[in-house]
This record gives sequence, structure tokens and C-alpha cells, in this order.
Amino acid sequence: MSKILRPKEAFLNVFANKMVPRREYFVRGHRACQGCGAALGLRLIFKEAGPNTIAVNATGCMEIISSPYPYTAWKIPWVHVAFENAAAVASGIEAGIKALKNKGKIPANDDLNIIAIGGDGGTADIGIQALSGAFARWHKFLYVCYDNEAYMNTGVQGSSATPLGASTTTTPAGKISIGQGNWKKNLPEIAVAHRIPYVATATPAYPLDLMKKVRKALNANGPSYIQILAACPPGWGTPPELTIRISRMAVETGVFPLYEIENGRYCLSLDMPEGLRPIEDYITIQRRYRHLKKENISEIKNRVLKEYKRLQLLEKMGSEE
Amino acid sequence: MKINEKPKLKELPFAIIVTEPGASEYYKTGDWKTLKPVVDKSKCIKCANCYIFCPDSAFEEDKDGYFYPNYDYCKGCGICAIECPANCIKLVEEETE
Amino acid sequence: MAKMTGIEVSLAIAEAVRQSEVDVVSAYPITPQTHIVERLAEMVADGELNASYITVESEHSALSACIGASLVGTRVFTSTSSQGLALMHEIMYLASSLRCPIVMALANRAISGPLSIWNDHSDVMGERDTGWISIFSNNGQEAYDLTLMAFKIGEHKQVLLPVMINFDGFLLTHMVEPIFLFNDSEIKDYLPLYDPPYKLDPKNPVTMGSVGLPEIYTEAKKQQDLALRNSIAVINDTFKEFKERFGREYNTIETYRADDAEVVIVMQGSIFEPIQIAVDEMRNEGFKVGAVELRLWRPFPFDELNSSLEDKKAVVVLDRAMSPGGPQGPVLSEVRSSMYLEKKRPMIIGVLAGLGGRDIMLSQFKEIFNIGYDALKTGNEPEMAKIVGLRE
Repeated sequence: MSKILRPKEAFLNVFANKMVPRREYFVRGHRACQGCGAALGLRLIFKEAGPNTIAVNATGCMEIISSPYPYTAWKIPWVHVAFENAAAVASGIEAGIKALKNKGKIPANDDLNIIAIGGDGGTADIGIQALSGAFARWHKFLYVCYDNEAYMNTGVQGSSATPLGASTTTTPAGKISIGQGNWKKNLPEIAVAHRIPYVATATPAYPLDLMKKVRKALNANGPSYIQILAACPPGWGTPPELTIRISRMAVETGVFPLYEIENGRYCLSLDMPEGLRPIEDYITIQRRYRHLKKENISEIKNRVLKEYKRLQLLEKMGSEE
Repeated sequence: MKINEKPKLKELPFAIIVTEPGASEYYKTGDWKTLKPVVDKSKCIKCANCYIFCPDSAFEEDKDGYFYPNYDYCKGCGICAIECPANCIKLVEEETE
Repeated sequence: MAKMTGIEVSLAIAEAVRQSEVDVVSAYPITPQTHIVERLAEMVADGELNASYITVESEHSALSACIGASLVGTRVFTSTSSQGLALMHEIMYLASSLRCPIVMALANRAISGPLSIWNDHSDVMGERDTGWISIFSNNGQEAYDLTLMAFKIGEHKQVLLPVMINFDGFLLTHMVEPIFLFNDSEIKDYLPLYDPPYKLDPKNPVTMGSVGLPEIYTEAKKQQDLALRNSIAVINDTFKEFKERFGREYNTIETYRADDAEVVIVMQGSIFEPIQIAVDEMRNEGFKVGAVELRLWRPFPFDELNSSLEDKKAVVVLDRAMSPGGPQGPVLSEVRSSMYLEKKRPMIIGVLAGLGGRDIMLSQFKEIFNIGYDALKTGNEPEMAKIVGLRE
């Protein structure tokens, strides 16, 4: 295991973190695991979004841990309906608010945020239809996918966002299997295919970047999508204290690059003048990858580099306009 | 509002809608931890890393701008200790009652 | 003053929705309901209906969007049939438990397989336990009237439950009938604004759809059950008010010449009209027969049904849906269950007819009455329902 390095960026952001608003809309007392990346992600999103927000939550980790009756971690209006329909319920909320504004029942300039939350399961798999429909209809709402790369809530079963080589309970590493055999489904690309005005990837390890992206998404002139890499200590097999460290490593190795696509224009969020960090730093400290052999890691590395180069190329291309 | 996990039928709110925002604060997750973070104020540079990286919003700011964990809610995950750039948070074993 | 128009029933329902000033329409097209959603889209496009029209990508999303819209405090309408209803089945339970007074025009159509676009009641029978109010209409006028009443019933402060109005696919949806349509102002007066006790509003943040641990799930379900049962009072009051205000009478149980009948057929839906011809003809031949319609399906009107049947000699329940391998007809099993504890009860026999859109001929109605008479003669209450017109 390589030496755990002190993060350089921590110093850059050392005093900027202090400036975040102290308001909390996803409060403590929730039942998330120790060191849950997704819980931190939601906390930061709603800290940024503020009180004039309605949240729709698909069934999954974040819904279960935040709403066991009679407790609720939510200080904004929040609804949970089912697993695959967060985007559809959000569509209904948006249409209802629009109707109320048209009829003068609420002020037309009321700047209400509508945020739909789903895990990678509820977004990429069972929820993809509702997501695509909501984007196509151009409802003004933000869809946040907290991506812990498996169906964590039900016991770490594989999803289409599970990365190649990761062991889950339905894509287990075995005598004749390396775990998940397919590459991770590229959800940001699917969002971009709908030509929505704002798509971004983020992770709580870069909190100010995440919050800035949330603000941009909420200001977009149409549907927006943010995918948040949420490290999951039990599901990934990492110690809880390393949640931020491992998320940072995912970005530094190029496994989960941070970027934005504003009206079709790609823009990587971080300058990495020293290039990408070796992927072994990231993979070898996670139990879900411990079965991988050198050639498997090589294959993953090559593909990661290929995808990263593609992003760099798209960034160079600039806007289509 | 007193929290009631087992209301009678006639006490049950309409459609089990929870009307007190943030009622999760009645549930003290502090007893989950085995290790607890201890802040050395003399080394603290008030950078707010611990505050911002805590998934349980357990850090509270005092009037001088220092951050301290609220042990009622801290689950002892240890993120704060790792992310502190001044190395002033130590994880110590929680005392048994 | 209402005026009579020759209008396709689907278009009349769309008219009722427009007059009810719904805020959101969220529906997916499916035969034979398409004319409703098309007409509503036209009304929105021409500015006649000021509503958000969501062209959802499936019925599951249609009902999900309805819930979202309803929970921000808007009046919502949807419509579906058969497969669409089956697809939104998961969410049907949630519309009720989240207490959203969504109104659904359900064009009754057979459920696949085999694939059928024709009329029977297998779609609605799959939704019995979802906690919706379910009412049957027999003709275009009733479909129009009941759609208007549905908003009033569902949005009533003591109800706050979703309502489905059943009307037979093709037999009603595509028929042009003479219907008295109200003036817009009459409906504006009739329907109060929707004012829910709770909604998703940042001024008053609430959490809806919590996890129901075993500690409270039972009580939550009982609360929902009580709401559905207690809505009978509101339904009866609504029917009473409608009669006083507009002159047309609706009851939870409709009867035709059943008061002194010996043998009655219990059925639902538009066959209530042709069956009256069979009743008249058999009465002319000297048989004391009658028809009883279970207009209100959910909540089940136990008391009213039992009092309409207890003094009969034989009751033949005509089901238009099958429960394979089970008690044959859903309506049969519920009528038997309702009458089980009565001290005095008639013979209750089951019959299946009109499955998948097959017409029920006049002679077949008479055959069904005669099944009742045969049972009286032999003293045998057949256990299995007979499928009328089955070619064996």
C-alpha cells in the first residue's frame, strides 16, 4: 500500500472552506454509515441550494437513512414515492408549480429549486426511463445522482455504474470472474445526449467545487444533471476515515474526472499539470478490487486513460457554436 | 414536540407526514462511535476542514471561530482527523460507561 | 342551463376535465382512451384549458408525475386503460397512501394476454387493494357527471383519496351519445378550490413518504382503510347534492325492477342498459326478474348491497373478468363474502360473460336469468361460474 500523502489542495482551500454558509438542510441524526460520502454530498448540495427548495428522493440509501418515521433529516419539503420515478415525480412538481404560477397562485418570479435525488441504481438502471423523459420534456429541475457504484442500500449488488473489475454481490469476483465485466455506464454522456444546458461531475472531496456546480445547475435554463462520486466504506471496502481521501484519489487518477458541460462545451474542473496519479494508488486500497491481477489493472488503466484523453479532446474542441 | 416511535392510531399524523423539520436530531447517533475525535485547540488553524467534511454535520463553531465535535452526533468515522491540515485532531478510544 | 349535445363520450369527459379547471394533466395514450388525452392536448394548445400538460413517457411516470403535482397542491387528472393501468400498479398504492385526490378516467379494457384492446373489467379488478375510490358509469351522461363529482369527492377534506371513474372501452369511449353538458359557470360554482391540509411548500417544510417501520405500518394502513370506508358518507352526500342541484340521481347501488324480483343479475358497467331490455322482456313472459348494479366498487357498499339482495331467491353475479384458478369472478367472491354473515341470504351463483369485448346477446342475458331459475328448481348452488357463450 503506497504512503498516504497529505493532500496539497487542502492548503489551497484552507481558508475558503470557512466561508461556506452555516445553514444546514440535511441535518445530523440521520442513519448513514460512518464516513458516508453520499450523506456528505447531500449535506453540501442542500447547504448550497438553500431553503427555497423542494426535494424528491428515490428509494435508496439516502432516502432510507434520512426518513425513518418519525425522524427526518430534512429541513426542506421532501417527498419519497418509489424507486424508479424520482425524475417523474419531479416533473409533476415542476409542472404543478408552473401551473400555479400561470394562475397567479404563487408569484411568477418565485425562484424555487426542484432537486431530484437518486442513487446510481435509481438513476442509471431502473430510473433511466423517467430520467430521459424528464430531460426530454425540458423540465427546469436539477437531478443529482449520488454514485456509490452499486446498489448499496440492499447489500452491495452490482449496477450499471459499477466499474469494471469491482466485486459486488451480484458481480462477485470468483474463480472464473474478475467481478463486474462491463465498463461503467457513462451517465453524464447520456445527460449530454439530451442537450440539457448543464451537466457536471463532482465529489464531496472538492466541496467548494461541488457547491459551485450546484449553484450553476440551479441557475441553468432547463434541466441539469450532477453526478456525485460518493465513496461507500462498507461497499468499497475502505476505512471510513479515508472517504474524502479516496474520492480525491478517484479524481487524481482520472478514474472519476471532474468536469462540466455547459451548453455542450466540455470543461475539466481541475488543472493537473503533473498528470494523472498512478491508478494503483486508488485501486489497491479498496477491498472490492483486491482480487485484481496486474493485467486487469492494466486494462482498467488503459481504458481510464482513453476516456480521460477523450475528455481532453472534447475540451479542446470547445463549443459547437 | 416529543418524538413518539409508537403512536396509537388516533395519534398517527395524516398520511404519516412528519411536520417537524429536522426531527432526526432527536436521535443521538453519538453512541455509534468506538473512537472519538479530540481537538487540540492550540494547533487548530480554524480552517473549517473538519466542519465541511463531516457527513454528520457534527462540528459546531464556537464564538472564537474554533470548531468542536458534538459527541451526541459524532459517529467517530475519523474523516476530520485525516483531513485536518494542522494535524490537530486525534482519535482516541471512547470510554466505556 | 345545461344544453344537450351529441358528443363522443371521451370528448365529454375531456370537457368535464376542462370545466373542472384542472391544473395538471399527466397521461400516456392507450387505446381506447386516446381521444380523451388528445382532446385535452388540443384544449391546452388552444388556450381553452389553462393547465400544464405533461407528455409523459410511460403510465408509470404518468401517475408518478400526478402525485408530484398533487402534492404541491394542484388539481390533477389522468386517464388510462388495461396495460397502462397494470404498468402504473406500483404507484397506484402510493397515490392512495400519500392521499392525493387524483381523478382517473379508466377506460375498461381487457388485460393481456392474449392481447386485447376490447372491453372487459379485468383491468380494474387488479386494482382492488390499491386504496382508490372506484365508481362505475353506465353511459356517457354518467361518465361526464361522475368525472365532475370525482373531483368533489376526492378533494373533500374528510376523504383526500384518489378516485377512478370506470367507463367501458369502445362501448362508451367511442360512442356519440346525447349528453347534457353544464355551463362553465355552473361547474365553477359547484367545485370549490382544492385546498389540501399539507403540501410541498418551502414556507412549511414537511417530509412525505417516510419509511414505515413495523412499529407503525399497521396503524398507517388502518388509517388509510378508515379513510376509504368513511368516504361512503361523502359519496352519498355528493350524490344527494348532485340530485338536488342538477336533477340526476346516482346511488351506490342501482336497481332496475329489482324490488319484487325473485331472480336478479348483479353486474357493473354499461351492460346495465341492455340488461334492462332483457328484464322487460322476461317480465312480460311472467318471470319476476330484475337487475342490480354495484355502481360503487370501492369502498364496497356492504350495507346497501345486502339490503338490496337479502330478500331475493337467487342472485346471479355476472363477472366481466376472470380470476383463473381462484373463485372465478371477482365480483362473485365479493358479493358472496358480503352476504356470508346475513341470516337470510339468496342462492348466489356466478357467471362470466363479455370477456375480451365479446358482446353479450339478449338471449344470453335470458340464459343467465334461467341459470338462476334452474338453481332454484334443483336446489343446487353451482360452485364454479359458468362462462356464457363458451364454445366447447
